[in-house]
Amino acid sequence: MSHADLSSLPITAFEDVAALSARRSVRWRPGLAAVQGAAHHTEVFTASGDAAGAGVALALALDDLQHLPRADGSEADDRRNVLWVQTRDAARLNGRPYRAGLPQGLQSRLIHVMAEKAEDALFALEEGLRCRDFAFVIGEMAGNAKALDFTASRRLTLTSERHGIPLFLVRIDAAHDLSSARMRWEVASAPSAPPEWNAQAPGDPAWKAELFRARSHAPGTWTLSGGETSLTASKAREDTDRAVADWTAGLQHRRSPRAR
Amino acid sequence: MSAKTPDAVSSRRILSIWLPAMAMDRWRNAGGDDRRALDSRPLVLIADTAHGPRIEAANSAGMAAGARRGMMLADARTLCPDIVTAPSDPAGDLAFLEKLAIWARRWGPWSAMDAPDGLLVDVTAVPHLFGGEEKLVADVEAAFARRELGLRCAIAPTAGAAWALSHFGPQGAILEGQGDFEARLADLPVAALRLDDDVLTVLRRLGLKRLGDLTGIENGGSGRDAIQRRFRNRKSPAANPLIRLDQILGRVPEPLLPVVPQHMPLVQRRLMEPIRHRQLLDKVVEDLAQDMARELEGRGEGARRLELGMWRVDGEVVVRRLEMASASREAAHICRLFAARLDDVDAGFGIEMLRLRASWSEPLALEQGDIEAAVETHGTSLSACIDRLTVRLGAKAVSRPVAFASHIPERAQRWQPPLDPEPASQGELAFHKRPLKMLDKPERISVLYATPDGYPKRFRWRGGVHEVTRVEGPERIAPEWWRERGSTRLRDYYRIEDDRGRRYWIYRLGIVGDGRGGAPDWYLQGLCA
Repeated sequence: MSHADLSSLPITAFEDVAALSARRSVRWRPGLAAVQGAAHHTEVFTASGDAAGAGVALALALDDLQHLPRADGSEADDRRNVLWVQTRDAARLNGRPYRAGLPQGLQSRLIHVMAEKAEDALFALEEGLRCRDFAFVIGEMAGNAKALDFTASRRLTLTSERHGIPLFLVRIDAAHDLSSARMRWEVASAPSAPPEWNAQAPGDPAWKAELFRARSHAPGTWTLSGGETSLTASKAREDTDRAVADWTAGLQHRRSPRAR
Repeated sequence: MSAKTPDAVSSRRILSIWLPAMAMDRWRNAGGDDRRALDSRPLVLIADTAHGPRIEAANSAGMAAGARRGMMLADARTLCPDIVTAPSDPAGDLAFLEKLAIWARRWGPWSAMDAPDGLLVDVTAVPHLFGGEEKLVADVEAAFARRELGLRCAIAPTAGAAWALSHFGPQGAILEGQGDFEARLADLPVAALRLDDDVLTVLRRLGLKRLGDLTGIENGGSGRDAIQRRFRNRKSPAANPLIRLDQILGRVPEPLLPVVPQHMPLVQRRLMEPIRHRQLLDKVVEDLAQDMARELEGRGEGARRLELGMWRVDGEVVVRRLEMASASREAAHICRLFAARLDDVDAGFGIEMLRLRASWSEPLALEQGDIEAAVETHGTSLSACIDRLTVRLGAKAVSRPVAFASHIPERAQRWQPPLDPEPASQGELAFHKRPLKMLDKPERISVLYATPDGYPKRFRWRGGVHEVTRVEGPERIAPEWWRERGSTRLRDYYRIEDDRGRRYWIYRLGIVGDGRGGAPDWYLQGLCA
């Protein structure tokens, strides 16, 4: 079926599809920013009462920052600030950032914004993305706010790509609504690996992360674990692999209901 | 004892000017001929006190009639029934003295006020411009005489000596730094030391009436120790004669606060027609911001605080204040910040005048202009971004966490404005891991089943049951006894992970049998990544 479809297309279109498919079949892995550049707008969905969302957002941001190729003439040590925007609801559900628990390099570089409403948070996020003195921007919003519709999300994506400041938006207790984010993750905490010296203690954080929609990657599920400096990912299950192998088929499946 | 004065002091020259009748002179000069006519009769300036009017100043006829400063008016009336009164104006006197201090800088590079009625001018290395110190003094006298202000002045190597000579020495005294500096001051009364009244009383009772008595005691050897012992608790110079004596002789430095004139940048627009619409208002504010930017640029400064006053036709004044995170003089930036503040302005029947004032400005070097256009391509600067955020969200919404010296986790972090310098603090001793997120208020959890070791095996928080699989602890944090009440309980912190891998930071408040309440409660305070 798929063969028939492809052959019926004009040659140029076929080439485009092939190039697209080759590009998209690059699986996501940590440190990919070295090749592809940073992902500009990432959404991380998480449940309340669980700091996994903020943890993954920070880990992804730091991973990108570490692996990004440095432009000529930029400073050897990136000392730019980091903007962390929270709505009041998000802070009530998942707490505020705590300085002593942040990664070592970020402790003195954090600027925190507490927004009362979702509109204010979106304003703060956009202003942060426009500012050249931020390394990245983290947002935390609870629920599916009416203000955060597709237009707002598209606006954030465009601003982020225009100014080159990555945005990591943590969505707490939110449904997967329409969004123009380039990568969308669904994360939850996972049991951590036992530490070397005290097997009874919780170890380095681990998360089960599902990349359910991405513009330039095939979806998949990973178990991420982050130390202070590095992020490692291991393939979670066999069945996700199979799903990815039939990915073009999956694309067909997805397309057919929309075409109707 | 030789008066050994350091060279730096002996080479300095300070001019002290005392206006003995400043309030009176000012009152007379401020009015017309009628006030001059009144001045020939006994006249006093009075201030109202709880016990009736009190005399603040008297003219020469009043003095002759018996009126003195500090006397009640009723007492003066008994001596001289036809005494004339006028209200005194201490605030006006002070403002007048301030202006005089700036005016007096014509004789030296800087001047200081010596409230309530004196000035000190540094004339070091200046007298040759006037043809010598005598001519300088003559010039001062002539200048004050033209303004009809009575004065006494003196030049000496230290401010203290100049003050003493101007108040108690001969008119126009000039004291050289070399030679027997002390001997020339010896005949002055102890009041020349600028001491408080009660100290003067003590000295009078001790029989010390002249400066020579004090220095004479010093030369005797043990005298200084005796005075030192008597005034050992007096640390302020005005209460301790030895400090004042040392200041006069230049043995200890005496810092003076110079008067520096400052002008606030101010621009305003008077409008031909009162404006009622927002569009026009924005235009006028834009013009004002551009004027202000030009004004500030000329001074090499940037504004930190701006006040926009809007005068309405019906007599109301609306003021909008704006504070910026760092000095700025970009008109576009100022407009943008004010735009958010002008939404709730009620124009009423119209606004007829606008005034923009930079009440706080800081030096800002000149730099390449056209920043707002560059924003489109290169992004805004951090301070501009912070300004925009604070204007819309309020100053408290934008903050930065800083460490604070405390053991209690929620006290160990404070929030401060984002661009303030970080206070110095001791480095963290990272013996224990801290959670990534902290709840604003620790939330109580109900323990369903505890292990014999004491920590919960299963607990309920926000309606969900958590099964604890891994645990690390306890980390005991004792209450800060120097700050908190004695009945505060200690905390045992545990880092836990539940069956679904969620990691938390919980603590038990108190231990069983610590005598500070019943069974200890459990709280959840932090969420680990």
